[in-house]
Amino acid sequence: MSQQDIQDWIGKQVAASDVVLFMKGTKTMPQCGFSMQVAQILGHLGVDFKDINVLDDMSVREGIKAYSNWPTIPQLYIKGEFIGGCDIVREMFQAGELQEILTAKGVAHNAQTQTA
Amino acid sequence: MAMAAEEIARLIKESFPDAEIRIEDLAGDGDHYAASIVSEAFRGKTRVQQHQMVYAALKGRMGGALHALALKTAAP
Repeated sequence: MSQQDIQDWIGKQVAASDVVLFMKGTKTMPQCGFSMQVAQILGHLGVDFKDINVLDDMSVREGIKAYSNWPTIPQLYIKGEFIGGCDIVREMFQAGELQEILTAKGVAHNAQTQTA
Repeated sequence: MAMAAEEIARLIKESFPDAEIRIEDLAGDGDHYAASIVSEAFRGKTRVQQHQMVYAALKGRMGGALHALALKTAAP
């Protein structure tokens, strides 16, 4: 696939599911502590999300960095919008802001607001 | 590959001269850092934008020479 094809493919993935996590490994078998943290937060909030393992495809691993102008993985997308990586997601979760975004965007999740 | 904390601070200072920077070497291996940066430049920006500004200051080293840099950014 060309660079453009990869960008188009990523665009389709983040549009196809309400919550998409580009991560190293899978939600059941994370391969990196940062990816695991974000998957755990989403799991804790009871959010149904699509996991895309960037280790399966080098072109996706590089392509996602260009897509969001963000140099690291994991990357969380809600309703097509890039939310952040591990630090930002954790900070937002602890502040209750992640839950607010999910509610505002109409994504089903647990009502809990505090830390795991 | 690793990077010294002083080098990280120097690059950040170059782009944000007013910044108050604190860098912690989390594992003592020169590869896992936490940085907290306070700069007027962050005012009115989203967290994603603030972190993107720091990554830009690091000139492509993030995700390469620098594997893990936990970021906390804020305006004074």
